[in-house]
Amino acid sequence: MGIFEAILLTVITAATPLVLAAIGELVTERSGVLNLGVEGMMVMGAACAFIATQVTGSPYIGILAGIASGALFSLLFGFLTLTLVANQVATGLALTILGLGVSGMIGEPYVGQSGIKLPQIVFPVLSDIPFLGAVLFKQDLIFYLSIALVAGVNWFLFRSRAGLKLRSVGDSHASAHALGINVIRTRYLAVMFGGACAGLAGAQLSLVYTPQWVENMSAGRGWIALALVVFSSWRPWRIVAGGYLFGAVSISQLYAQAFGVGIPSQFLSALPYLATIIVLILISHNRRTTLINTPASLGKSFVPDR
Amino acid sequence: MKKILFALATTAAVIGFSAAASAADKAKICFVYVGSKTDGGWTQAHDIGRLELEKALADKIETQFLENVPEGPDAERAIERLARSGCGLIFTTSFGFMDATVKVAAKFPDVKFEHATGYKTAPNLATYNSRFYEGRYIQGQIAAKISQKGVAGYIASFPIPEVVMGINSFVTGARSINPDFKIKVVWANTWFDPGKEADAAKALIDQGVDVLTQHTDTTAPMQVAAERGIKAFGQASDMIKAGPETQLTAIVDTWGAYYIKRTQAFIDGKWETTSSWDGLKDGILTMAPYTNMPDDVKAMAEATQKKIESGELKPFTGPLKKQDGSEWLAAGVSSDDGTLLGMNFYVEGVDDKLPQ
Repeated sequence: MGIFEAILLTVITAATPLVLAAIGELVTERSGVLNLGVEGMMVMGAACAFIATQVTGSPYIGILAGIASGALFSLLFGFLTLTLVANQVATGLALTILGLGVSGMIGEPYVGQSGIKLPQIVFPVLSDIPFLGAVLFKQDLIFYLSIALVAGVNWFLFRSRAGLKLRSVGDSHASAHALGINVIRTRYLAVMFGGACAGLAGAQLSLVYTPQWVENMSAGRGWIALALVVFSSWRPWRIVAGGYLFGAVSISQLYAQAFGVGIPSQFLSALPYLATIIVLILISHNRRTTLINTPASLGKSFVPDR
Repeated sequence: MKKILFALATTAAVIGFSAAASAADKAKICFVYVGSKTDGGWTQAHDIGRLELEKALADKIETQFLENVPEGPDAERAIERLARSGCGLIFTTSFGFMDATVKVAAKFPDVKFEHATGYKTAPNLATYNSRFYEGRYIQGQIAAKISQKGVAGYIASFPIPEVVMGINSFVTGARSINPDFKIKVVWANTWFDPGKEADAAKALIDQGVDVLTQHTDTTAPMQVAAERGIKAFGQASDMIKAGPETQLTAIVDTWGAYYIKRTQAFIDGKWETTSSWDGLKDGILTMAPYTNMPDDVKAMAEATQKKIESGELKPFTGPLKKQDGSEWLAAGVSSDDGTLLGMNFYVEGVDDKLPQ
């Protein structure tokens, strides 16, 4: 295996949780809800996926547990902000703090245990393609899911009727309501989808990236995912571009250091953030299309008046 | 009249305060942690020390701790909160808490502070540290014996003297066995991020290192080393559980005795500011069992450890050259502590440019 394949493999592992959490948050935000609790849902997913795997011995049950815990946790956010009409920003932040605390508590007995790594699924024939075959077709289930989810979300939002309704709820909840669309139900579903994706991202952390549980193991990845959504100007495939660019630069800088390039490591560590911001600013520099893509009702609460 | 009232009020306040103090009657000893107390590494080692302290002086003290406190402005707030809440003695357990501790110590002259691994003291602020580099010298020697390729990987956190000292000691130890030994350094620029630490480990292993050591806090690098079938050293705590067939040894921090000694002095009213820097011989660090290595390597490691404990061997003893080839220490000369505590250069054999 060449060094480039090795780097690509590391990049995929690093980028997958970002893409997953960001694609979920994208759907949530497209429905007009800003959930800043991605970090909390992610770390809950990581804890629950790890615990379920250790208890049952099956990482696939772990994945389900991660998804379920993220979705359930986001339901709490949905109840507070959609039913009780609490402030979304404050509730999201509280969700992150709560998630870090609760996951630390329930995960404590599992600290230091060696986990079970999610096995690879090898596609015959395809994985024999030189160079990219081994990289793209010898991966774990969560990687395949992440790509499928992005494609699915892209289709759903821009090619399906339900997606059109979801976007209309995000752009003008009053108009959507007047047209007879159930705004609150749509938003609940979008919030839960976001939670499920964040939970799956968490499962990737504790089952693939580093098969273990330590408190706070998401280490800020939820926040990077949130930023990716904004900088992708709410377009699904740009999330993949942004996530992989961020992953590629942050991994390459580590390889460059080991190679001994002699560039200050502080600069190299800042590079992924700089590169991602610059590229995403460049691709979203057209103000008009950006405005069209920004959900106009983002972060605004909705109370049905009749 | 006003004056008398004021005097009465003050007296009442003083009496009230002393009554409250005698009611509680237990000194409150507080700890500030940079990571989670179950991180399996640095912070866990401090928390084990705290628990030992609690056990040893159970009837005289109670302890309190704040975990996951980020270095920076938040740290100041956290430390100040502890100082206000009645902590008598506060241990801040990360290098990055230094300036925050100095600031809060100046605001609360009656509270005593102890900062780990720093170099700024005040009448109510002491520093304490452990000569981790002694353990890293032994690790370097083991690495030189174990490595087939003569290259070790080193996952570093931040370019502070403490970490640079560790790198230099490791290389010096390794080159005392194999004069051509080299190390590759990757700076993760974090103490705690399992994913990033694992990525750094992969980057090093993919580029051909066959022994791995780390100066970050989680067991993720050990886990990657185990997966890729190379050997590794644990950091701060015994990480054998993360790599039963991987860990060669680990530097285990044992802060308990120090915490008990200083707290006892505090209770007795004999606490004074110091800059304590103990080593293997004082038991502030120990080596985890030497495992996964041939018997002769194990015997060598144990012999080196004995020599360091007896003072016969000082890791930084000349002839030693700096990375650029200029002379640092002449033959037989040992480095003074001041140079070590401010270390900002590499010794020969480090395949990296030191971030400034």
